[in-house]
Amino acid sequence: MKRTVPLFITFFVGTLLIVSVFLPPVQSMGENFTLFFDIIAVFAFFLGGGNLVRIHLDKVSRRKKDWGYSLVTLFGFFLVLASGLFKIGNAGGIAASVTASGSWFQTIFERVMNPLSSTMYALLAFYVASASYRAFRAKNREATILLIAAFVILLGRTPFGTMITAWIPDSLSALQVPNMAIWIMSSPNLAGQRAIMIGIGLGVVSMSLRVLLGIERTYLGEDKG
Amino acid sequence: MRPLTSISRSYVCSLCCLLLTLVLIPSSNNIAFAQADIPDTAAPILPAPATSLVASDHKYDDGDHIDLSWVPSIDDQVMKGTVTGYRLYRITDDSTPVKLAEFAAGTNRYQDNAVRLGRAYVYYLETIAPTGTALSVRTAPLRTEREWINFDRKYLFLIAFIIAGSVIYFIETARRGKKLFIRKIAGLEAVDEAIGRATEMGRPILFIPGIQDMDNVQTVAGITILGRVARVVADYDTKINMPVSRSLVMTAARETIKTAYMAAGRPDAYNDDMVRYVTDEQFGYVAAVDGIMVREKPATCFYLGAFFAESLIIAETGNSVGAIQIAGTAMPAQLPFFVAACDFTLIGEELFAASAYLSGEPKQLGSLKGQDIGKGLALLMILIGTLAATLSAAYDIEFMTNLLNTLTSVFQTNR
Amino acid sequence: MFGIMAISFSDIGVALTLAAIGGGLVWLTIRSVKGREVPRRLIFAFVFVAVSLPVLFPITFKERMTPTVKAVFDKIESLPPGSRVLMSFDFDPAMAPEVQPMADAYMRHCLSKGHRVVFMSLWATGQALMTTSLDRVVRREFSQKVNGVDYAVIGYKAGNEGVLNVIVTDIRKMFPTDVNTVPLDSLPIFDGVRSCKDFDLVLTTGGGYPGAKEWVLFVGDPGNVPIASGVAAVTAPLLYPYYPRQILGILGGIKGAAEYEHELVNRYPQFADTPAPGLRMMGPQTLAHLVIMAFIIIGNITYFRSRKKEPV
Repeated sequence: MKRTVPLFITFFVGTLLIVSVFLPPVQSMGENFTLFFDIIAVFAFFLGGGNLVRIHLDKVSRRKKDWGYSLVTLFGFFLVLASGLFKIGNAGGIAASVTASGSWFQTIFERVMNPLSSTMYALLAFYVASASYRAFRAKNREATILLIAAFVILLGRTPFGTMITAWIPDSLSALQVPNMAIWIMSSPNLAGQRAIMIGIGLGVVSMSLRVLLGIERTYLGEDKG
Repeated sequence: MRPLTSISRSYVCSLCCLLLTLVLIPSSNNIAFAQADIPDTAAPILPAPATSLVASDHKYDDGDHIDLSWVPSIDDQVMKGTVTGYRLYRITDDSTPVKLAEFAAGTNRYQDNAVRLGRAYVYYLETIAPTGTALSVRTAPLRTEREWINFDRKYLFLIAFIIAGSVIYFIETARRGKKLFIRKIAGLEAVDEAIGRATEMGRPILFIPGIQDMDNVQTVAGITILGRVARVVADYDTKINMPVSRSLVMTAARETIKTAYMAAGRPDAYNDDMVRYVTDEQFGYVAAVDGIMVREKPATCFYLGAFFAESLIIAETGNSVGAIQIAGTAMPAQLPFFVAACDFTLIGEELFAASAYLSGEPKQLGSLKGQDIGKGLALLMILIGTLAATLSAAYDIEFMTNLLNTLTSVFQTNR
Repeated sequence: MFGIMAISFSDIGVALTLAAIGGGLVWLTIRSVKGREVPRRLIFAFVFVAVSLPVLFPITFKERMTPTVKAVFDKIESLPPGSRVLMSFDFDPAMAPEVQPMADAYMRHCLSKGHRVVFMSLWATGQALMTTSLDRVVRREFSQKVNGVDYAVIGYKAGNEGVLNVIVTDIRKMFPTDVNTVPLDSLPIFDGVRSCKDFDLVLTTGGGYPGAKEWVLFVGDPGNVPIASGVAAVTAPLLYPYYPRQILGILGGIKGAAEYEHELVNRYPQFADTPAPGLRMMGPQTLAHLVIMAFIIIGNITYFRSRKKEPV
């Protein structure tokens, strides 16, 4: 029973979503089911938040290793939660936008969240450099083609690429680095992307059918086909 | 009250202008000339109304759409700026007219999406100009009808039927015991070895199922592979660490690992802390995962699911701590990063094939075989389409042009 | 008067930056000829210098619009004043340095042309970033524009593509009010707007999920709505399969933003003094790209040297 009910729900909702594409009277039902997931996902915030608070409260109360960080986590969690929930410092009161200028929520977002997230993302610049150094080596013919393409794209995305090939006449403009970069992006890259996307699309169909028909049940915690 | 002389003068002037306009309409230069000659004292000329207003029941819907089209006012067509816009009114079941929408000049169609079955609707348009407004003729009362099948999507149905049908056919074929050949996937062959390495080194395994929720099929694929990985982990008694960024994924993953431990006969070795929720925030999650990697130095890392910009940050950190890394995603933009930083990468469809491949069950393997029919169909259509487009453009062969148009309509999605 | 006086502090900074990076790379190349690998931390140090020094001593370049950027610019130019544009902020703070300059440039362009703009977001973090952009652009540079008439802010709605699936037929079902709980029916900008189909253009800015691809699949294609996009550089290649029929134009990364900003200043000189972060960041990006290319060359030299050393 524990497995049959979820399998039935999966089959019923999945089939309905497919059928709704072809049967107009069922279409709105299909739309409503996609909204149901969002409603369930909202309750999942309580699940996630609850789990986070439980783990860190446990760490603080037992004075486990690095419990000070847990204290910071809990402080941040409750501060942002209260700021957003009660719209503290919000000029328009409780009816106004949660992100109104000057509100605590917006201030925390701009002064803390924004720089921290940007910093993490900026790490990519360092990792791209170290990964490129290791990966782009002319070990064989394919790797050499990849290396040349990477070079052209890197150059083409900078004004430097325009400068070094500006002398090439317009009749041979295809040989200018930015145009070569555009060609690589819109021809070989596009062809590859489309092939991968078709493969992925078919993979999704196959995987979804396995889940829908109950052949694949591992995600439910059942390891039998 | 205006003096009679003024009214009659205005009337004569208006009449003259109207005649002049009608005579000179074919040439816009002439119109400009006629305008310049209009005396300042002339009474405002009302705009011509929009014509040919047609309301029709939208095809293949639940009876909830009406399509409207009209020919814009002649003033709107000839002299830009004379007409400023249109107002559409609707009368439902003989009630009072209600303004439905307002459009900019030049608009000639609208779809009414707020229609109910069984009711009669009448529409009319008001053309707006600085000098006044003009009403169009009303449409005849229209009642919509419900269509049960959307025949506009017949080709989509056919394609879906062929692909899904072939997947189901091969599942059945495999179930009856027919051997199917599936090529080797290096990344999946290495799973057992990678877990064995972690056991030997006494270090944990890190499993990241992407950063998307359970409604993403990539996450489901990641969790199904986790089921196979967790079974080996339970057998080898290796430590598994799984920080997740979605609480629903946390619940599903806990259940999956718990079942694997029970199947291995070691339910007491399982505890909920193997899977923990960190945060939904992308880079907050990345910071946490990087921290775990640097502190715990896992021997093996699995990244299987939907990844975004965090892919390279995580994979490079894993590389720096010397872990064996097996990645898989159907996010084409992140594949190059994983290929550059990981030891094995499952590319696109291989991620979805992984759980079937690892299970070795005929039914699951059959579903992979069914995909090949879809691929063959795609390949054939691409070849025919390319050929038709090339020959049609180069030699203007009518048959090829027709073939191309047919193919285009078959694969058109915006209906 | 004296030629030397014309050299500014910034020029000296630029020269020193180029000398420091160039000299360091030559040293590493010599090391690589001896077959020695470059430690990761040294690579990181070079990238840090290449990115941070041009921020302190700006290096600027002239930009020319590539076709994908030009298509977006021309579309906004060609729409008659009063056209309705729906703009979606589908990004987070991490992506903001790359994508927000595009969003700001779109805002300036649309409002200058007299278009009416509705702002929304499919990302929870997008609404706060939208507030930042509104404060910076609309409320400061276009203070005469009236909320509810010339523009409206309907904010964030959870549900990813589910939201799009609904607003393509009925916008009020998902957004009954704006962010200040004012009903859409009482805002003049929404007169005659029932769904996304009633907009003349949808501008999406983002780079993740949900993003431009979902807008195409759930709004652009089913609703026949023209869509243009501004995305992070890493996402741009993924959108090429949809260009130009399903996405009419793409701004990819800082380069796309810089090209757009440059053209905006060209056509609308009143923006000459407004911040142009895209153009400003092209210096660090160019140097970073050159450093990465240098490391690829160094890596290959090391590889070939070490291969020669290997016993046959």
